[in-house]
Amino acid sequence: MTEPIITFKNFSFKYDSQAFPTLQDINLTINRGEKILIAGPSGSGKSTIGRCINGLIPNIDTGTITGECLINGKNIKETDLFDLSFTTSTILQDTDSQFIGLTVGEDIAFALENDCRPQNKIRQTVHRWADKLEISDLLKQAPQSLSGGQKQTVALAGVLIDESPIMLFDEPLANLDPASGMKTMALIDQIQKELNATVIIIEHRLEEVLSQPIDRVVLVNDGKIIADKSPNDLLHQNKLEDIGVRSPLYLTALTKAGVDLDAIPDLTSIKALPDDEKIGQKLQKWADDASLTSKKEEKQPLLELKGVGHRYNHLQVNPLRDVTATINKGDFVSIVGQNGAGKTTLCRLICGFIPNEGKILFDDDDLSQYSIKQISEKIGYVMQDPNQMISQKMIFDEVALGLCLRGYSKDEIKDKVFKTLKICGLYPYRHWPISALSFGQKKRVTIAAILVLEPDVIILDEPTAGQDWKTYTEIMSFLKKLNEQGKTIMIITHDMYLMMEYTNRSLAFADGKLIADTEPIRLLTEKSLIKKASLKRTSLYDLAHKYNLRDPNYFVRAYVDSERTSQNA
Amino acid sequence: MHDQNQILGYQPGTSFIYQLNATTKLIFMLLVSAACMITYDTRFLLAICVFSIILFKEAQIKWSQISFIVKFIVAFMILNLIFVYLFQPTYGQEIYHSRSIIIHAGYFTLTIQEVFYLFNLLLKYICSIPIVLLFLLTTNPSQFAASLNKIGISYNISYAVALALRYIPDIQNSYWAISAAQQARGNELSKKAKLSQRIKGTLNIIMPLIFSSLERIDTISTAMQLRRFGSKKKRTWYVARSFKKEDYWVMGLSVLSILIVILLWQLNHGRFYNPFM
Repeated sequence: MTEPIITFKNFSFKYDSQAFPTLQDINLTINRGEKILIAGPSGSGKSTIGRCINGLIPNIDTGTITGECLINGKNIKETDLFDLSFTTSTILQDTDSQFIGLTVGEDIAFALENDCRPQNKIRQTVHRWADKLEISDLLKQAPQSLSGGQKQTVALAGVLIDESPIMLFDEPLANLDPASGMKTMALIDQIQKELNATVIIIEHRLEEVLSQPIDRVVLVNDGKIIADKSPNDLLHQNKLEDIGVRSPLYLTALTKAGVDLDAIPDLTSIKALPDDEKIGQKLQKWADDASLTSKKEEKQPLLELKGVGHRYNHLQVNPLRDVTATINKGDFVSIVGQNGAGKTTLCRLICGFIPNEGKILFDDDDLSQYSIKQISEKIGYVMQDPNQMISQKMIFDEVALGLCLRGYSKDEIKDKVFKTLKICGLYPYRHWPISALSFGQKKRVTIAAILVLEPDVIILDEPTAGQDWKTYTEIMSFLKKLNEQGKTIMIITHDMYLMMEYTNRSLAFADGKLIADTEPIRLLTEKSLIKKASLKRTSLYDLAHKYNLRDPNYFVRAYVDSERTSQNA
Repeated sequence: MHDQNQILGYQPGTSFIYQLNATTKLIFMLLVSAACMITYDTRFLLAICVFSIILFKEAQIKWSQISFIVKFIVAFMILNLIFVYLFQPTYGQEIYHSRSIIIHAGYFTLTIQEVFYLFNLLLKYICSIPIVLLFLLTTNPSQFAASLNKIGISYNISYAVALALRYIPDIQNSYWAISAAQQARGNELSKKAKLSQRIKGTLNIIMPLIFSSLERIDTISTAMQLRRFGSKKKRTWYVARSFKKEDYWVMGLSVLSILIVILLWQLNHGRFYNPFM
């Protein structure tokens, strides 16, 4: 029995603030109890589809609708937001800024409070759901103090109490470490089965979402639906990368090894791949043929951390402590670990933003004697949110700010800024206002503003969080270029692929301690480290394992190496 | 995140004051402050002063948490007192119908009466500021919203006030983060720089602060509406607490303070206590 719960019929939507329609002629039917993934690059319109399903369109985001969209039998044109909220529960991308209550319990209760239910009933319901999701002991804590995975669970509890038939997840993985991401996907699956709800997940990280069964994938690009298929059919079609959605790593590896994907009936998971020796042989041969480009470089210490730490207050459970490491000239370092493990704190310490318990040497020079301003000439820090950095209206002014404040002459400033803008690919936009830029471009402006001061080390806090693959590749290949030109780069990231493909060294943190300082590949293949640092083993390793390749680590290395060289080409 | 000890906002605690109902505290704050505003009776003000300082001690609030705001208020208070004096140096003698000169200086002749009047003004500040600060620092913003709603203010406004209170620490944190980033760009904001330069530099922090805050407000208001905030005329409160015995005592005390003020008005034949007659 299939019964449609969401139908888009020849549906188009144009935001009032935009010149062209964001969605064009969408036809989509979603049945009760289905689990759907809506994928596509940033700006493709996938979030706009979500905003129709939860009623933000047309109630909050005004615009022109043509065609029809029915949610649980109600036309969105004639339904107000509150009515629709009983039908659709939404979990927003950034759980941090969506928490309303001061405590977990209060946040979960929020919708019921608004329904004016009596307090004792609310408490009962909150406790019931908290028990179910195993967060009862968190009820009195502040949501902001939780780990990423717990936050996601609390946000989920806050909408589950409505028991609405549709659950909408807007990029649930964007702010999670890999281990929490996997847990969240499993939790969504479990809840869906129990409640028989219709689940819609908007994401561009295909591989992670497909770790749990999905009924259909709707692929959106340029405001149109370009595919609406079962995951297996979609993976066979092999069209993903054309529109900037990354296909699962193990499939790329199979293709590289010359395995014919069409001949494999089920591509949706490594488990489902056939136990075919021929595939194993092909993979093994490919790995054997690959020659690793090993670069032996001289190591020249640049930044030495000795017993570094910081405690925000006496209540902090796991403050950053006793970090000792040496960053060498030309290193490309990734800093990984669970939310709240101390990654950002470390970067702030290095930049002198907060006091340090230990010692930091830069070129054998103790940094504690310098002011923030002086340190910034050696070490530049790019914050996660570009909006927190940008203070000028025009691109040129923003990039020039640091130089102006340092009293450079006008000609020098112009010269340096133009040079930097060219490196960053922003030169054509130099006279533009910053407000006209996309998120990725803004990010580049903030990088340019740091780069122009010519620091030896650049530290970036999650430069690719929430970015689609295209922007991601853009930012990362740009950083890679800088690294090749001799800059030392340190990146905080949750993206395992980024860590593996771009960085040559990883510092992993857990509970305020440095637990590993090693090659990225080891972090993604060694079981104990994966668990401690809340990472996830790369599917390449699992693939190598499944086909009993001689040295899975070598296989992963060979793959990454081939990716790196193909990019350089 | 910055040092928690410098954050002006609610932090959970265990002392007696934290246990009180938010409505009680709100009524106490309103009535006692009103009492202090009305009367100029030095004896009453002194008593409340001592009382509120004791309360402050009791709440175990750290100086670092409030140092900034207190310094700000003290500066403002001194300015205020100076202006009161400058505009009408003879006000004291008019109120107290007597004139004992300390310093002869023409228009600015200073009398004991004027000093006494200014002293009373100062006391008023010292009475009400700790009480207001105490309220802000020991009241859970959600309970505050619930209590505002309980005394008849619409829940939309109540919630807005509570959210605003709650975001003070958040905004402080972003301010520090942005400020550090600006300093890294070369914007010297430490004491090394000239005042004019620091003011100009601070403007560079304000803009990103406003933009990032606006974005947060947008997100949170969407999140609230998606969970039906504002759908009904009334709402209930998860955190609302019923009154306990202590609450009635404290409310009784605050009503008592108003009664005393009325009584003093009768005794003094007006707002002023006059020791000079």
